[in-house]
Amino acid sequence: MSFELPHLPYSFDALEPWIDAKTVEIHYTKHHMTYLTNLNNALSNLPALAGRSIEEILSHLEIVPEAARTAVRNNGGGYYNHIVYWNVMGANQGSEPLGKLAKAIETSFGGFAVLKEQIEKAGLGRFGSGWAWLSKKTDGSLLVHSTPNQDTPLAEGLKPVIGVDVWEHAYYLKYQNRRADYLTNWWNLVNWEEAERRYLEA
Amino acid sequence: MAFELPALPFAEDALEPYYSARTLSFHHGKHHKAYVDNLNKLITGTDLESKPLEEIILLAAGDAAKAGMFNNAAQVWNHTFFWHCMKPGGGGKPSGELAARIDAAFGGYDKFVEQFKAAAVGRFGSGWGWLVLEGGELKIVSTPNAETPLAKGQKALLTVDVWEHAYYLDYQNRRPDFVQAFLDHLVNWDFVAENLK
Ligand SMILES: [Fe+2]
Ligand SMILES: [Fe+2]
Repeated sequence: MSFELPHLPYSFDALEPWIDAKTVEIHYTKHHMTYLTNLNNALSNLPALAGRSIEEILSHLEIVPEAARTAVRNNGGGYYNHIVYWNVMGANQGSEPLGKLAKAIETSFGGFAVLKEQIEKAGLGRFGSGWAWLSKKTDGSLLVHSTPNQDTPLAEGLKPVIGVDVWEHAYYLKYQNRRADYLTNWWNLVNWEEAERRYLEA
Repeated sequence: MAFELPALPFAEDALEPYYSARTLSFHHGKHHKAYVDNLNKLITGTDLESKPLEEIILLAAGDAAKAGMFNNAAQVWNHTFFWHCMKPGGGGKPSGELAARIDAAFGGYDKFVEQFKAAAVGRFGSGWGWLVLEGGELKIVSTPNAETPLAKGQKALLTVDVWEHAYYLDYQNRRPDFVQAFLDHLVNWDFVAENLK
């Protein structure tokens, strides 16, 4: 069994000027690809996991033999997290949350402005490498949180609705040390249709 | 008394082409400076204000309530140490007593390079690769994020910063190339030998 790199749903320059084409190209063809390659290597000796979805594996890391668990957690997480990231962004986006997701954001946070503030705070507060997320809990409510490195919301029993990569590789060529500016600008890219689809499906 | 950002021990462009002036201007002028500024904010008006940096690091280490203080204090220390680990025209094999110690500990310089690279490249996420002295023995370790040998009873001899900010403008995703260039062209072995004394 092996996983594959999903098609990037837009061209490398589609996220300009907020994320530059060179960053998207390296991020997708090198970083994301490396996680995939390392994940497949880690799984190649584990026929017992054949046929499991990546979501299943990451939600139940205890099913991965201990010797391979860290490699699967890191690289499987990197593989999965980046798929979420690419899919919840797009060109000509950046309006406001839609439909049922907008309602849930209103209920959980009191509005979009509060959600933005919380995600930016979570992303800025992540010391080192990691992610900031809006996730859906099993009771249907929403939560803003952050994970270190390539840990996933799935491992905490949460379903990610949107997620922003705050590894330095996600923004360093354009923003260098200014993670705060990257996070503020990121809202111009969020594909709220996809976010609502993910929220309803979760 | 507040901490100050120490000056680089070389000109900003002195490590070109292996480590660019642009990288150093951000790494030293922005990242290192931010750690200094954040630390000063955290200790001003507290009883730690007049303490030496090493003491603050040891005091905050392992205390979840002082994580912010530990991260910034340790990163101030780690970066100052890292700058001194590099010099223009550095790298390659060490000599003298240090070379003998490395041969004895790792079975030769090539084996040392292999292990040091594996530790630095294998550190998942942000962190540091180190040559340390522990219980009189040379060891290669890596630490995540701000963690530092000082807080683990080890004496730091050499370090390489493998946070992505340390190499992304020059090497992007190619961390192995950065660590190789660091070993081949940048290591200040005189400084390492001094630390061993
Ligand atoms: Fe990434
Ligand atoms: Fe650094």
